[in-house]
Amino acid sequence: MVHWSAEEKQLISSVWGKVNVEECGAEALARLLIVYPWTQRFFDNFGNLSSPTAIVGNPKVRAHGKKVLTSFGDAIKNLENLKATYSKLSELHCDKLHVDPENFRLLGDILIIVLAAHFGKDFTPSCQATWQKLVGVVAHALAHKYH
Amino acid sequence: MLTAEDKKLVQQVWEKVSGHQEDVGAETLTRMFAAYPQTKTYFPHFDLNPGSDQVRGHGKKVVAALTNAVKNLDNMSQALSELSNLHAYNLRVDPPGFSSQLLAQCLQVVLAVHLGKDYTPETHSAVDKFMSAVAAVLAEKYR
Repeated sequence: MVHWSAEEKQLISSVWGKVNVEECGAEALARLLIVYPWTQRFFDNFGNLSSPTAIVGNPKVRAHGKKVLTSFGDAIKNLENLKATYSKLSELHCDKLHVDPENFRLLGDILIIVLAAHFGKDFTPSCQATWQKLVGVVAHALAHKYH
Repeated sequence: MLTAEDKKLVQQVWEKVSGHQEDVGAETLTRMFAAYPQTKTYFPHFDLNPGSDQVRGHGKKVVAALTNAVKNLDNMSQALSELSNLHAYNLRVDPPGFSSQLLAQCLQVVLAVHLGKDYTPETHSAVDKFMSAVAAVLAEKYR
């Protein structure tokens, strides 16, 4: 079980409280598809992904980004119990979606860059450290049921 | 790897931080040591407290090397040849693929913090590719 200090919990919730889940989610997913174009392999039915502009404006990307980050919010509410919280999602990503867990790490790192761009100096080194830990733990939980 | 457009974007970003290079370097390393404590194992001889002169000095070196790479995007293998030797034979930092992802991530966070919206997806992509290319060159002589 992962241990979270009071300070870490504070850094997580204070950042999360200010996050626009729809905007940040859309931006993070768009950047994943732009910066690591091979991730587009999972989104054949999303329509036009032919350029950064197309990706950023694509309504399916926006909607899915929101979905993904909303789910991230569930993790934050259940920090003490992540593996259980993500058990079904983990099975889904393995058995139905066939997503290599490496992609969770990529998305986590991108989310951090999106937060940094939004919060500027307020995204302090301690903030970043805590959030890097969080995205790592989330990625691990999502990979946990892989077989 | 790097398209003409990528090279332009990397050069533009670098220009935006020229003048703050020392800060960028120090902040990148500070973030790396905070987020990835394992990276501290390469600096047992350093004072790693925030604001340390050694961290500032080393950050400045790192950014100077990257600046040299930015000036020689068509020729990075040659431009970074000395550094490549150093990393492979002396420093033997764990394979650059791994450790420079950590450094690259922190550098990107610093750029994003400073540039905000201007750190566009296209710029982000170009810098990510640039840092991968640097890592590949540094790894050339590992074995």
